[in-house]
Amino acid sequence: MGSELKIINGRVYDPINDIDGEIRDVCIRDGKIVESVADDAKVIDAAGKVVMPGGVDMHCHIAGHKVNLARKFQPEDHRHDVQPRVGALRSGTGGTVPSTFTTGYRYATLGYTTAMEAAVPPMGARHTLEELHDTPVVDKGFYLLLANNVCLNQLLEQGRHAEFRDAVAWWLNKSKAYAIKLVNPGGDEPWKGRKNSNVHDLDQPISGFDLTPRKIIKALIDVSNDLGLPHPAHIHCNNLGHSGNYATTLETMKTADGRRAHITHIQFHSYGGEVGKNPTSAARQIVDYINEHPNISADVGQVMFGKATIMTADAPLTWLLRNMSKDKWINADTECESGCGIIPFSYQEHVYTHAIQWAIGLELFLLSKDPWRMVLSTDHPNGGSFENYPRLIRLLMDKPFRDEQAKRANPKAIANTSLLDIDREFTMREIVIVTRAGPARLLGLENKGHLGVGADADITIYDEMEDKEAMFNAARYVIKGGELFIDNHEFRFDHEGSVYHVSPSYNPEIERVLKPFFEDYYSVQFENYPVSDHYIARGVTVPTGQSQP
Amino acid sequence: MANRNEQGVWEHVPSPFCGIGSDDLKIRVSGSRIEVLENGDAVTREAFEQPLGETRPMISGKPVSLEEAVERAAAVLAEAELPLLAGLATDVAGMRAALSLADRLGAVVDNMNSRAAMRNILVLQDSGWMTTTLAEVKNRADLLLVVGTDVESLFPRFFQRHIWVDGMFVEAADREVVYLGKAPSGYASVSPDGRKPTVLACEDRDLPAVVSMLRLLVNDRPVGVDSVGGIEIQALKELAGRLKSANYGVIAWAAGALEWEHAELTVQITCEMIKDLNQRTRCSGLPLGGREGDQTATQVCGWQTGYPVRVRFSRGIPEYDPYLNATERLLEEGEVDALLWLSAYNSSRLPPRVGVPTVVLGRGGMNFDQPPEVYIPVGVPGIDHAGHTYRTDNVVAVRLFKLRDSGLPSSAQVLEAIERAVRAKLSS
Ligand SMILES: [Zn+2]
Repeated sequence: MGSELKIINGRVYDPINDIDGEIRDVCIRDGKIVESVADDAKVIDAAGKVVMPGGVDMHCHIAGHKVNLARKFQPEDHRHDVQPRVGALRSGTGGTVPSTFTTGYRYATLGYTTAMEAAVPPMGARHTLEELHDTPVVDKGFYLLLANNVCLNQLLEQGRHAEFRDAVAWWLNKSKAYAIKLVNPGGDEPWKGRKNSNVHDLDQPISGFDLTPRKIIKALIDVSNDLGLPHPAHIHCNNLGHSGNYATTLETMKTADGRRAHITHIQFHSYGGEVGKNPTSAARQIVDYINEHPNISADVGQVMFGKATIMTADAPLTWLLRNMSKDKWINADTECESGCGIIPFSYQEHVYTHAIQWAIGLELFLLSKDPWRMVLSTDHPNGGSFENYPRLIRLLMDKPFRDEQAKRANPKAIANTSLLDIDREFTMREIVIVTRAGPARLLGLENKGHLGVGADADITIYDEMEDKEAMFNAARYVIKGGELFIDNHEFRFDHEGSVYHVSPSYNPEIERVLKPFFEDYYSVQFENYPVSDHYIARGVTVPTGQSQP
Repeated sequence: MANRNEQGVWEHVPSPFCGIGSDDLKIRVSGSRIEVLENGDAVTREAFEQPLGETRPMISGKPVSLEEAVERAAAVLAEAELPLLAGLATDVAGMRAALSLADRLGAVVDNMNSRAAMRNILVLQDSGWMTTTLAEVKNRADLLLVVGTDVESLFPRFFQRHIWVDGMFVEAADREVVYLGKAPSGYASVSPDGRKPTVLACEDRDLPAVVSMLRLLVNDRPVGVDSVGGIEIQALKELAGRLKSANYGVIAWAAGALEWEHAELTVQITCEMIKDLNQRTRCSGLPLGGREGDQTATQVCGWQTGYPVRVRFSRGIPEYDPYLNATERLLEEGEVDALLWLSAYNSSRLPPRVGVPTVVLGRGGMNFDQPPEVYIPVGVPGIDHAGHTYRTDNVVAVRLFKLRDSGLPSSAQVLEAIERAVRAKLSS
């Protein structure tokens, strides 16, 4: 540390600071972007190259018990894709669910320097942090599953809103989480409570409680805004994957009632048609709503043809998929805090449903008027591995390539979308927004996603190339926290990365409410439940701000 | 977190020994002596209370300094063509250090309990399964079926903590327990109101046929016999009916208790039957294990390599083979030429007797027939140093605490020192 670095002659893209492809210098000292550096600073000549902030993946599944189960479950996923031990870097394996070291190295290879694990039950927080500790290079954090939490549900149904808020804040604190995550709100009880069913309507009562999914959604959107969390409630809507589910998605967005909310992998929630029949595209209806409602943001959750692993806290969904494919399958009920389902999967061009999912994702990107609020993800590894991002970028930037790919896919599916009629090609600036500036802003990470003075020196430098997939496949230089991690395509050193978490304040009296609940129903002692600082070697507490409107 | 009051008494202490993560122990520490005051059981008391034993490192039975022992251990491992790091009973930090060393050496890693663990892992990898965790059992299970396992001898407090308590959705009085195969050895499975479990006993060798029959009956398939393994078909039919009418059935087994050839097939039939049952109601498996850090080893190996256990680094990449990389086979076939054995929890788990130079990192008090080339006593996670370990159900990482000052290094510290010495040798 303390080293100085200057990148010269590069074409710089920094949308947050309104820099759009200018040739200019970027100076770095002590891990931060600075105005200028000394004359003897190390220089990187980026002539013929583009310079941009490091990528920020705001929704992926890279650490925790579900991810590790998926790894151990599929040796066949790793055998064909190995990561040899090179220099100081550890060996590992890839596939759709790579080992931890490999996950960090491969994100870095693509130019990504931040990645957020999107679904962790509180009881799994320790495990997740253990894995994030072993996931090098990238900065990271995780979202806490709270929409199927029995204790919170009870507070909510009894109308104890202040205690509900304090309990949520307590849980975020004690788990060292970054944001609140909702998965299939209210769906765990119908699944675990015998009926093997799910909730399908936001106003349908949840078995065992005087509650509806809408009440849970509203309460958690409100709390995340009231607490001033840097990232709003991160919502995996009900009815994922079902034809006609766009109506549920619209209802969920309306429930926000003007307050900030983030809808994740919205592609999986943008289907028209009738339940049980083939989906049609409802991308237009979804995008129109989001275009007009600046309080809503989304990541796409694009599916990419090829291998994937479905792993989700939406356990009844995988039960449904498994009954179709009869392939191997894991279901894991989790400590009355969550559930989990895992199945190997493959998206195939000739299959109607897969082709239309692919096309709907692209429609969502291309019809959106505001790339800041419709950002890039594949819900790794649910829609495909993050290693598909370069190809996805090319699909967005290159209309002839996109049309050629579309022509290989199920023609009936493609014809049921507007994809071939869309001429839009993303500019480099827009790509930088959907992969960097946008997610950083949505996460409330003020020092990421841009290259202004004071920003974290997380920077990628790519060779400028016509083929955007090739270009984004391997950054020539990656700077993480001011250190040159990849130098001319070679890994230079290992880097731990930091864990980002929030610590909203709460009334400590809430422990009087929670402790008896733990004593009655939990399998660990209340005293042993909180995650201690030992689990975070390099933690960054992101301040919670003023209560949001 | 566990706390100590003035008399050297600790409360809320988690047990790293019991597998089910009991974390309500009350423990008194006087000097190096440990006494379980409350909530102990046969397993945890014995493991906590055994004397500290020998704390000096040895080379061929002669006391040496830690530095000398580490230096010799590094020499043994660095000179080997293919070293084996086995046992691997430690905490998360210890396992991380073991894998880092193995990656550098190009060694093979395997766990002391993996022969049993493979009975589950092979099923997980071949067809998957539906499982649950201890809090779900406590709050939902209205029927517990135990297959081929005497639960209380392995996990003495399982019933007390998770079955004979009132849960959120079910009360103790409404729970039923059925044993299939082995009968229980004691009274832990008798309910507080005096209800005895239903026991459908059979010999281990008949259990595969009995479980297969139960699956047929769950699926209403016709059967042409009156009994199997000495159990009346009618009794199995009733059991199938109870599984189907339960709201949240749980089927438990300990892979370590299923001591017959290809017991993984019995586990698989059980797991497939659970999936069948879930077409109509809920039912989940509960594989019991987690002792001697075996879940910890497979978790860390899983996230660092993609594979749970039996991984070889000799080609510079992790390669998994459930048969070729087994400790017993590697030693029998003479494929490895050095052994590092790590057993930080249990001083009676000695290394296999082999003709290759052996380095032992073990809990103090190990009694060897023949002293190994190097013996380095290490601290017990959760007694001598803090650490993390995984419970039987895999989801819950338990934070362990340092209760006494024995001066013993942790396995991670010793392994890291060995790796530094190996690196110096390999680069010189
Ligand atoms: Zn996701």
